[in-house]
Amino acid sequence: MGNNNINLTLNIWRQESAEAKGDFEKFKVSVSPDASILEMLDELNNKLEKEGKIPIAFESDCREGICGTCGLVVNGHPHGALPKIATCQLHMRNFKDGETLYIEPFRATAFKIIKDLIVDRSGFDEIQQAGGYISFNTGSAPDANAVPIPKEIASLALDAAECIGCGACVAACKNSSAMLFVAAKVSQFALLPQGQPERYERVQAMIAKMDELGFGSCSNTYACEAECPKGISVKNIARMNRDYIVSKVTKETV
Amino acid sequence: MIKLDPKIPAGHISEKWTNHKFNMKLVNPANKRKFDVIVVGTGLAGAGAAATLGELGYKVKAFTYHDSSRRAHSIGAQGGINAAKNYQNDGDSIYRLFYDTIKGGDFRSREANTYRLAEVSNNIIDQCVAQGVPFAREYGGTLANRSFGGAQVSRTFYARGETGQQLLLGAYSSLNRQIKLGNVQMFHRREMLDVVLVDGVAKGITVRNLLTGEIESYGAQAVILATGGYSNVYFLSTSAMLCNATAVWRAHKRGALFANPCFTQIHPTCLPVHGEGQSKLVLMSESLRNDGRIWVPKKAGDNRPPNEIPEDERDYYLERRYPSFGNLAPRDVSSRSAKYVCDEGRGVNGGKAVYLDFADAIKRLGEQTVKEKYGNLFDMYQNIMDENPYKVPMKIYPAPHYTMGGLWVDYNLMSNVPGLFVAGEANYSDHGANRLGASALMQGLADGYFIIPYTIGNYFGSEKPAKPDVNSHEFKESKDEVLENVNKLLSINGKQTVDEIHKKLGHLLIDKVGMSRDEPGLKQVIKDITELRDEFWQDVKVVGKGEDLNQNLERAGRVADFLELGELMAVDALNRDESCGAHFRVGHETKDGEAIRNDEEFAYVAAWEFEKVGKWNLHKENLEFEFVELATRSYK
Ligand SMILES: Cc1cc2nc3c(=O)[nH]c(=O)nc-3n(C[C@H](O)[C@H](O)[C@H](O)COP(=O)(O)OP(=O)(O)OC[C@H]3O[C@@H](n4cnc5c(N)ncnc54)[C@H](O)[C@@H]3O)c2cc1C
Repeated sequence: MGNNNINLTLNIWRQESAEAKGDFEKFKVSVSPDASILEMLDELNNKLEKEGKIPIAFESDCREGICGTCGLVVNGHPHGALPKIATCQLHMRNFKDGETLYIEPFRATAFKIIKDLIVDRSGFDEIQQAGGYISFNTGSAPDANAVPIPKEIASLALDAAECIGCGACVAACKNSSAMLFVAAKVSQFALLPQGQPERYERVQAMIAKMDELGFGSCSNTYACEAECPKGISVKNIARMNRDYIVSKVTKETV
Repeated sequence: MIKLDPKIPAGHISEKWTNHKFNMKLVNPANKRKFDVIVVGTGLAGAGAAATLGELGYKVKAFTYHDSSRRAHSIGAQGGINAAKNYQNDGDSIYRLFYDTIKGGDFRSREANTYRLAEVSNNIIDQCVAQGVPFAREYGGTLANRSFGGAQVSRTFYARGETGQQLLLGAYSSLNRQIKLGNVQMFHRREMLDVVLVDGVAKGITVRNLLTGEIESYGAQAVILATGGYSNVYFLSTSAMLCNATAVWRAHKRGALFANPCFTQIHPTCLPVHGEGQSKLVLMSESLRNDGRIWVPKKAGDNRPPNEIPEDERDYYLERRYPSFGNLAPRDVSSRSAKYVCDEGRGVNGGKAVYLDFADAIKRLGEQTVKEKYGNLFDMYQNIMDENPYKVPMKIYPAPHYTMGGLWVDYNLMSNVPGLFVAGEANYSDHGANRLGASALMQGLADGYFIIPYTIGNYFGSEKPAKPDVNSHEFKESKDEVLENVNKLLSINGKQTVDEIHKKLGHLLIDKVGMSRDEPGLKQVIKDITELRDEFWQDVKVVGKGEDLNQNLERAGRVADFLELGELMAVDALNRDESCGAHFRVGHETKDGEAIRNDEEFAYVAAWEFEKVGKWNLHKENLEFEFVELATRSYK
């Protein structure tokens, strides 16, 4: 690679399986500042494979910050210290020659470690299955322009809907709360006319599932918003809490 | 002997689908739950199909190699989805969308399928809005549109630069509802490695559990592959890292014909390559071409910073050569033009990049409006390139992006293997030799929500396929073969890594089966790929165990398949001695460098039958054009 490479010391979390005991393993690398942190790991893995060693297990897919597959804690921050990016968008130009990095998985009670840097986030799917949808069958929809939606409302709904389901909010929270993740979906639908019929059942069902799966309660520190790669606002949590209270006190309650 | 029957319904093109739906056999509601369907893939096509089939009452098993069905590659689509709503009152219609698509595909797709795609496009938008997809809106609350390459009307619906995400999350929500209702059983982290045929009929799949390495069998009365495209054969492409051809390739090796494999699209607006360690190429949505102007310096060797190159020393080559479409010329035309100017040494700093400049748009619309339209794309650019595109023009270069080729299917989206259906980018169906922007999302959802759920009912109603026994010898043999292949990969213990060999394949293909192809190059590359394949099987190094989470092994299996598919792409490109759409054969061009088709000899779909590795037999489906006239594409 080019001669403007930077040299780094990496401490990477290695853990063979959920049951095994994990620890940091140290690596020295020289990397192009234009590479992303995942490309750095690709190169390191390529080298390990060549030496017949087991490469570091980590997940990623789109490498454009939208699929939510990647997620590493870099120097204590989910997706690194820079705001509003996913791990795959963290470029090595943000580090200085000679720096030491700590790379760990997203840790949370509800996210079991599977191997090295891979965790099990299937709880997120279960929460969505509990109520993160609008009930109607293919083919029964009215014309798309039949119900006008104010531009600002559509835009607010999209702000919430941008959540990529990566789990950084959970990893950032000292209580491992999934409130921001759940609130994003609840809010999207609560804002839109299409979401009204099931509005109050939805919020109850999704929160009940979240609690059941062992995600903690909101710590009110807003660490989730700070680490969210999409900058999902904690206002969504306020919106969800309001709906939750309404759902408990009104007749709409099931 | 294989007989290719496209099963195109009779009647006028605008009535075929309606008549067909009426004539198809139905399964009565009480009987539907007796039919099991396997859906591989949960992108737009797969999630749409699985959810809808679940709603109809079929018993669905859905599979994906991801940890969550929401992560399919469809999530990354940026720009938008087409529909013939004509909400802008600018003269759009189903016929016009159909015509644009067939013309954009350079008359190498099947008329009836393409028309149907345009026909159901409007239902898709209704469906997505009802699911709560927050599309962009106007102040009056109606849906907003923009225009995309290859179209002169504004028919593209979008949600900022995240349209694919929003559409997929919509499909994912419908899928989740069916999972909760118990109609769909979801299998994550499973990679399909074989289809199982019983007496020539598709009856199930063999998968590897990616967590434990266990090889598992699943049976059903029909199998749908919605496993996406194969651009990653080039190593560097805009596809997500995990995208691969293994599902369709293994089906191909079991008898499914592979159609038009050489029709691969190289997208004009991607970020240039930064170095050897690069893992993928990033697409800048083509919607940027609505407002950005593409140019290079007039003189080769002009290395001044872009803002110092005066207006009259710039060549806005697309506007110059294609005055009516300008920067919105179709993808193949735009990509090839960029390659030519860079080959002339007029690329940015003499390299492989051209400028995409927003200075005029910012002057005309204001920075705020430009930000509203493209904000997240500009942010993404700045993040990766470390330059501010509001101030300095973007640098772009073409990259492999989409594959029009795929498994051959008939009008019902069934392959030549009975019971094996193929949806979305995995089939070859609707885009001919070139796909227009914002039409892949449309096709994925059309196939998934509105076509396969009907045609599969017809298959069940007319064929009444029996439930398979997963303990039968066919399933066992498939399992044994899959396991044998896994063990073979693990036992080679050579010197080269999987990525090293994949990169070599990528270089061969982009060079010889990329934006321009010629006979000597194709003949050479077939030899080179064959040798590289031998090298792989003798010298690859795959570490770790089979009975474990082993990403190295996963990649090895995919690259092994790419090494066979890559050869077929070259074989197909060599056979197609004409230029059409994205397939540009040197020697078949006008003096302006426009593609010249040969309709006399090549107005057919090339459907390849696998005989053995490195040997295929060609079957032709002749394309009849009854309702459009075969015209020379001109975007002048
Ligand atoms: C960066 C980018 C931007 C794009 N933008 C646009 C756009 O603006 N408009 C547009 O119309 N199109 C766009 N496209 C194209 C479009 O996104 C794709 O063609 C489309 O999403 C494909 O959908 P699909 O459902 O066919 O497959 P995919 O979304 O690729 O899904 C494939 C599924 O199959 C599964 N799978 C594959 N193989 C296996 C296996 N062996 N075992 C188990 N599971 C398997 C995967 O896990 C995944 O769930 C874009 C493409 C890219 C790369």
